[in-house]
This record gives sequence, structure tokens and C-alpha cells, in this order.
Amino acid sequence: MMDAVRVEGLTRVFKINRGKRETVALDDVDLHIKDGELFGLLGPNGAGKTTLIKILATLLLPSSGSAEVLGYDVERQAQNIRPLINMVAGGEFSGYGLLTVRENLWMFSQFYGIPGKEARTRIDDLLARFGLTEYADSKVRTLSTGEKQKMNVIRGFVTDPKLIFLDEPTLGLDVNSSRAIRSFVSEWVSSGDRRTVLLTTHYMAEAEQLCDRVAIIDKGRILACDTPSNLKRSLDRVTSYVIETSALEGVEEIGAVPGVKGMASEPLEQGLRLRVQVDEEASISEIVSMIVGRGAKILSMSKRESTLEDVFINLVGRGLE
Amino acid sequence: MAARAYPRVIGSLREPSWLVGDIILPLLSIMAFVFYYRAMGAPEVFTGFVVLGGAMIAYWLNVLWGMAAQFYWEREVGNLQLYLISPMSRMSVLAGMALGGMFSTTLRAVSTFVLGFVVFDVQVNLTDPWAFIAVFLITLLALYGLGMLFSSLYLLFGRNAWRLSMLAQEPIYLVSGFYFPVKELGFWVGIAASIIPITLGLDAMRQLLFGVELSDGLLPVSVEIMILLVIAVIFFVLARYMLEYMEYLGKREGRLLTRWL
Repeated sequence: MMDAVRVEGLTRVFKINRGKRETVALDDVDLHIKDGELFGLLGPNGAGKTTLIKILATLLLPSSGSAEVLGYDVERQAQNIRPLINMVAGGEFSGYGLLTVRENLWMFSQFYGIPGKEARTRIDDLLARFGLTEYADSKVRTLSTGEKQKMNVIRGFVTDPKLIFLDEPTLGLDVNSSRAIRSFVSEWVSSGDRRTVLLTTHYMAEAEQLCDRVAIIDKGRILACDTPSNLKRSLDRVTSYVIETSALEGVEEIGAVPGVKGMASEPLEQGLRLRVQVDEEASISEIVSMIVGRGAKILSMSKRESTLEDVFINLVGRGLE
Repeated sequence: MAARAYPRVIGSLREPSWLVGDIILPLLSIMAFVFYYRAMGAPEVFTGFVVLGGAMIAYWLNVLWGMAAQFYWEREVGNLQLYLISPMSRMSVLAGMALGGMFSTTLRAVSTFVLGFVVFDVQVNLTDPWAFIAVFLITLLALYGLGMLFSSLYLLFGRNAWRLSMLAQEPIYLVSGFYFPVKELGFWVGIAASIIPITLGLDAMRQLLFGVELSDGLLPVSVEIMILLVIAVIFFVLARYMLEYMEYLGKREGRLLTRWL
């Protein structure tokens, strides 16, 4: 089976401040995505996810290394790649507000040379699938954010690409809209021959639910790449705890306790939630002592199954946000 | 191409407020020049020059802002990447944009032309209407080729190219002789200004519409047509390579999709 995406030694460096500084967005990345795979790229903001997608979508050139999409080189054969791909980015608006939903979708379908009648059939089917039929003749500027993003998703899939890049497609959407999009993506991949999706997200649950394999990326480097269950199994020797406390000072010192492999904290309304990974159960008693010793109260504590977020914390030493 | 023209046409029809700005205001602006010339005692044919020039300004503005700057606008609203990842050629995108803008532009030009001729009672001496139409179309072809060339700058330079367009807008009115025969600026200035297709296009159209003697043309009409054809070919060929090269530079430097550039 051919690889849909093959990336080897890919590096991308951006020069900023008129070339005085450099930032390495991608650092020697190797990645192989199989045909027909729903592949996830998980990482925090600034990890390099969008940079990688832009290179694969022929919008950016690599500084070094190579990248092939569906057997074609992104630098020298971009024209061969474009008819076969599409892209949907979350938080972005596509099209023109003065046109209706149907008109926008028709327009974008014509850029790919889809015959008019076939385009209209696909558009109607996808509008029905996403519950947007009643909005088909509404001007796009009258739609809500969720409805616009659904239209954006339809725009990406109406061309029936061999490979689609979904760059945080559910960003900023409510639960129902996000669920609808995830459900559609999952069905789409499994219902056709050799349909591949590269999904970037920083929603762990999305990656766990949808992806056949996940690569974890941070600061331009791929830290791990495997199925979600194998990644979680890699934490067998590590135990995860979730501790909710009242207001707590000096939380970073907890990460320095011997045996702590990773820690992430997020503020709550009245305190803090800590996710701690330890390779020795004894470490947790020291953590508890430290919290109590600083005058904070432990509101709840639970031991739980590893999640992808735990994998991330273990690899990177901090949370996704 | 038709797909890209579609939003422009529909936009024009759904928001007709542009009609006021594009029909009444151009008439007001040429009125000023007509009154200047009449006050100075210029030959009456200059009124006709002003009306013709005022009508053709619509196309020059469409080239500068409706075509050349379009990639900048599309980048700001987030559509540019969708155009660039599609298999459509960049020139088709631009041609579609121009075609879509042609609707409102032509309406503006025709209304300025007709209203100007009626209001100011301009007399014409059109002996060869087919030649006039041919010059008009060849001028547009060359002009839009230039627009495609400009748009390649916008692909990479964004707002700096915008400033270049603003810089080009007013001086071009002068050196291209929109409102007077360009030969008044001197033969060689006129020849240098001929790099902007509308210079020779207007000069030829004036000669065909008002007669050679009254129009004080820079070059014979046949020569101007030949030069316009050559310029059109050069601009289209250059535009093709410049669009490719600027896109390549933009992708290499990571500036292709950078907003507020």
C-alpha cells in the first residue's frame, strides 16, 4: 500500500526581524501516513502542526528534507498534488458573505473542474448530511459560527479529495457542531477507497476518538507516533493522578519531586487542577504532603487510566495548553 | 474562470449602492476638467477628450484595484490559500476576477461616456467604428496583462504593493494623457509613458473618434495598434512567469499567506 504522505528529514526555518533571528518551526521531521488512514497530529499551539500542513498542501516550501504527497514531490510536482487534495482550517472563514451557501460551495467546486450537475448533487447531499439544507439559499454572512464552519467543511469535502488536511476543524465550535463534524469525518474515511485524512488538533479526545494513529509534535519535533492505545500503553510504568486543590502557590516545585515524570496544571474557579504522572506510587504521598504543607486543601484526588494527554505530559513535561 | 467572476457579478447585483459612486461621481469629476478647459478657452474637442478619458479611467482603476490588488484582499479575508491549493491556474483566477469586475466597470465607463457626450454636447467624427472597437479591446487586453503583472507583486509584497498602486494611480492620469493628448508632454515622455497601455490606447481612440488633425496623436493609429499588441503579449508572458516566481519566493520565505504584510 502506498504512503499518502511521506516526509523525511523535513525542516522549516523562518527568518524573522529582517533575518536577524531564526525560528525553527519543523526540525528534522520524519512521517509516513498510509493510504486510507485517519492520522492525527497532536501538539500545542506553535508546535509546527500548521507549518507541516502548509508544506504538504504546497503553500510553503521546506528549508530542507523532502515531502511527498500521494507520490508527488511538494516542491517539484505541486500541480499534480492540487487536484487530489483539499484543506479545511478551523477558525477561518471561506468564501464570500454576499453569496449564498450553495453559491459559495458551487464556486469552490468549479475551481476543481467538477461538472456542474455532479457538483450540485454532492452539495445537496452534504448540506443534508450536515443539516444545512434549510440554509442553502441563505447568504453566508447571516450564518452562525458553527454553521459557517460546517459550510467550510462541506467545501473541503465536496471535491472528494484523496487526501484532506483538517487543521483544527472544530476549533471554537460548540459540542453539537464538533460532534457532527467528527462523525462525518469518521464515516467519510471508512466509506471510500483510499481516502486519507491528516487531522491536527489540540483536543485529546478528538484525536483518541477519531485517529488510527497519532503523532505527538512539540517545538517542531515528532516525539512519538503510534496508535492511541499503544501510546497509552507506553505509560504502563507510569501512574496518572488528578488532584484538585484550593489556591496553591509554588506549584512548579511539585514537578521537581523525585518520581514525578510529568505535571500539568490548569486553574479552576476556586483553585487548581493538577495532572501528575509518577513512576513511584510513593511520590504521591510526598506531593500530598507538599500541598497540605503550603496551606492548601485537597478537594479531590483520583487515580485514572492514561489518556493521550498523559502521554503528552510524559513526553513533553507539561500540558497541551 | 467563470466561477471566479461569479461573486463579483452577484455582488454588484446584490449591493447596488456602488451605482451612485460609479455613475454620478465620475461624471462630476470630468465636469471639473470640462469647465477648466472651457474657462481657458481650449478647443471644444478637449471636452470630448475629457469624456473619453473619464470613461477609460474606470478600466484603469479596475486593473489597479479590482485585479492587481485582489490577491492581497483574498489573503486578508482568508480565501487566498484556497485558491492557491486548487488546481486552477493563477491567471485563470485573475482573469475571472477581471471578468467579474468588467460588469460594473463597463457600466461605469459606458454611463460616463454616454452621459458626458449628452450633457456636454460633444461632437464626434467616427469614420471607422470597427477600428475604434478593435483599439478598445486591444487596449483592454494589454491593460489587463499589466494588471496580472502587478498582481504578482501583491502576491509577495502585500501592503507595499498597495502603496505602489496608490503611487501609480495619480501620476499615471498625468503621463498617460487621460484628459489631453499625451504629445503635449513631449514626444519622448509620451513614448516612455506608452509602457502603460492606456496611453497609446487613448491616443488611438482619440484619433479615431475625433479625427487625426484635431487629436494631435503621438503616433499613427496603425503603429499604436501594433505596439499595443506587442505590449499585450509581453505583459501576459511576463505575468505568467512573474506569478510563478513570486509565488515561489513567497513559499520559500513563508510570506505567501502572512496577513497584515
